Amino acid sequence: MKSDIILSGVGGQGILSIAATIGMAAIENNLHLKQAEVHGMSQRGGAVQSHLRISEKEIASDLIPEGSADIIISVEPMESLRYLPWLKADGWLVTNTTPFVNIPDYPDMKELLSEIEKLPHHISLNADDLARQVKSPRSSNMVVLGAASPFLDIPYQSLENGIKKIFGKKGEKIVQLNIDALKVGREFAEKNKN
Amino acid sequence: MEKLLLLGAEAIAQGAIDGGMSGVYAYPGTPSTEITEYVQHNKSAIDRKIHSQWSANEKTAMEAALGMSYAGKRSMVCMKHVGLNVASDAFINSAITGVNGGLIVTVADDPSMHSSQNEQDSRFFGKFAMMPILEPSNQQEAFDMAYEGFELSEKFKIPVLIRITTRLSHSRAGVERRETKNENRLTYPEDPIQFVLLPSNARKRYKGLLSIQSLLEQDSELSVYNTYFPGRDKSLGIIACGIAHNYLLENYPDRKCPYPILQISQYPLPFSKVERIVNECESVLVLEDGYPFVEEQLKGFLEVNSKIKGRLDGTIPRDGELNPDIVGKALGRQVKTGMKVPAIVKNRPPELCAGCGHRDIYNALNETMKEFGKQKVFSDIGCYTLGALPPWNAINSCVDMGASITMAKGAADAGVRPSVAVIGDSTFTHSGMTALLDCVYENTPVTVIISDNATTAMTGGQTSPATGRLEEICIGLGVKPEHVKVLTPLPKFHDEMVKVFREEMMYDGVSVIIPRRECIVQTVAKSKKEKSLKTEEVA
Repeated sequence: MKSDIILSGVGGQGILSIAATIGMAAIENNLHLKQAEVHGMSQRGGAVQSHLRISEKEIASDLIPEGSADIIISVEPMESLRYLPWLKADGWLVTNTTPFVNIPDYPDMKELLSEIEKLPHHISLNADDLARQVKSPRSSNMVVLGAASPFLDIPYQSLENGIKKIFGKKGEKIVQLNIDALKVGREFAEKNKN
Repeated sequence: MEKLLLLGAEAIAQGAIDGGMSGVYAYPGTPSTEITEYVQHNKSAIDRKIHSQWSANEKTAMEAALGMSYAGKRSMVCMKHVGLNVASDAFINSAITGVNGGLIVTVADDPSMHSSQNEQDSRFFGKFAMMPILEPSNQQEAFDMAYEGFELSEKFKIPVLIRITTRLSHSRAGVERRETKNENRLTYPEDPIQFVLLPSNARKRYKGLLSIQSLLEQDSELSVYNTYFPGRDKSLGIIACGIAHNYLLENYPDRKCPYPILQISQYPLPFSKVERIVNECESVLVLEDGYPFVEEQLKGFLEVNSKIKGRLDGTIPRDGELNPDIVGKALGRQVKTGMKVPAIVKNRPPELCAGCGHRDIYNALNETMKEFGKQKVFSDIGCYTLGALPPWNAINSCVDMGASITMAKGAADAGVRPSVAVIGDSTFTHSGMTALLDCVYENTPVTVIISDNATTAMTGGQTSPATGRLEEICIGLGVKPEHVKVLTPLPKFHDEMVKVFREEMMYDGVSVIIPRRECIVQTVAKSKKEKSLKTEEVA
């Protein structure tokens, strides 16, 4: 078993919480893990990514080689495409469709979505809307993780347990809101995967 | 033993805590900040009262760590690569004084300049100082080297340099802890003048430093971190330093590399192991994240050793960090190429946050400078450096910590009027105070804007020793109180800011303007915290 995952978004959108949740789930399953993050300047509203590698065997590199990621999980649509060079030909792209517009030349949404549609395996969902629907408006990142969960080699329950560990300090209510968000994302993907 | 999921930086912190450290000293700087932050938040470090408060700059941190070592205790000082430039006076001389308690200098380099002005390789500094260098290849080694580093330092009575790069510092993996060692007791150096570098004594100490070089090399030769892995195909040998070893193995999914490999994670270079791989193999590829430090040593000035390949002969790009693909190509392996990035994907550079006070300052400054002309604003290192980018294009320099004020001084001396400096509060106390004193000394006409957001923002909001005492410092340094002006950078005070900027720029002497408003990230974080506390109370 091996999952090479690229996480992407804009600084401050919560990709490190996704990484931490998957990380906890991996540890629960006694898997090896390496996760390279971006700290520092890019966190100020710039493009950020994280390479997350999970495997039964020991992992050598902290970085994923090009053309070999199993999945890109993105909390922002344009950012989901920035890391296509890392995705393997039959890999999955799971992305939020709510744009984060903080540049003057942000591309046309229709064109952006049509680029995503070109990929053989993709899930695009309005995670911000879904998060609001389950009354967890600040957990759109967990909605996206839920939508990616069917394509990760990790039991769904372990992701829930991961959320409990990551958000436990913030109280039972925050934990439940994140679990609800994870679930609604999961259900969307189950309905819409082809 | 307990297994933890840690960033490379955190693994170093945990290793140092478990290795009997009594204090860590540092100034924040990406990618080194998390080492000290980990110690600050670690329960056992707090219980043991391990020192972990931030220092004013890397030089004060280095000296304080040396002072703790003088007193017989184990100490660590951490910084980013350019911080070592600031600390270098103390750093180089600490090799000559030697240590009493173990002293580890941890420096995090930033090849590819993810968050830096350059990509200098600290191994050169280690060699320059003639210190042993440890370069972990993974998080476990990062822990182990910090844990064992104090003993290595005490064995040879010399500081030890641990060098990491961004990738290891900011990557997480499982790390197994080891038994916690006791801290050292307070003891004074056996020789009361060990640390007195008067020329007569410094000459003796320096000869001592020279005399242990062969012992350091011998230690490298025997080190478990420098391992020779035989290989059947001797057409190529590979020297893989630190994290580069991972990128090498990544290219062999079954981990079976046909070529001999010499993995190096401790310096000085182990002579006989290097000699062996060079003699055994037809050519040798050197993989190192950073400058061609090993490659240059092997190649020599006249390049008699033309069988050495790496960054100097173009086998590997001369700049930038390594990755599995670059290493794969250098090995002549078939490297996969993924899809292209669609043309509609645009760059998204970092930017000043919405609601950040620096924005209001630059809006006012740009309006003021319309009257005075372009290219007269010198700036510094911090979030406000982003004022160099559109839409502001407001600043004309960013060189090193504190340089805004001194460059503005030099430009004023050359006749630039007005000559303006923009610097942050934390950068000001790091290296701007002596610069301001130079201006006061000659009453140079400069306008210094200290944008005070009450934190060290770019590195994540660490405390700033300037908080609450900036006016006092400036007046204490000799700036006339009537030319120390405090403003609030908010859109509603825009006109007032422009007015004060204009008045002070017209003044023929030193003036300091302090626009003061808390970093918006900190303000938001505090209000969130208060909100969640209230919710808990209700629940």
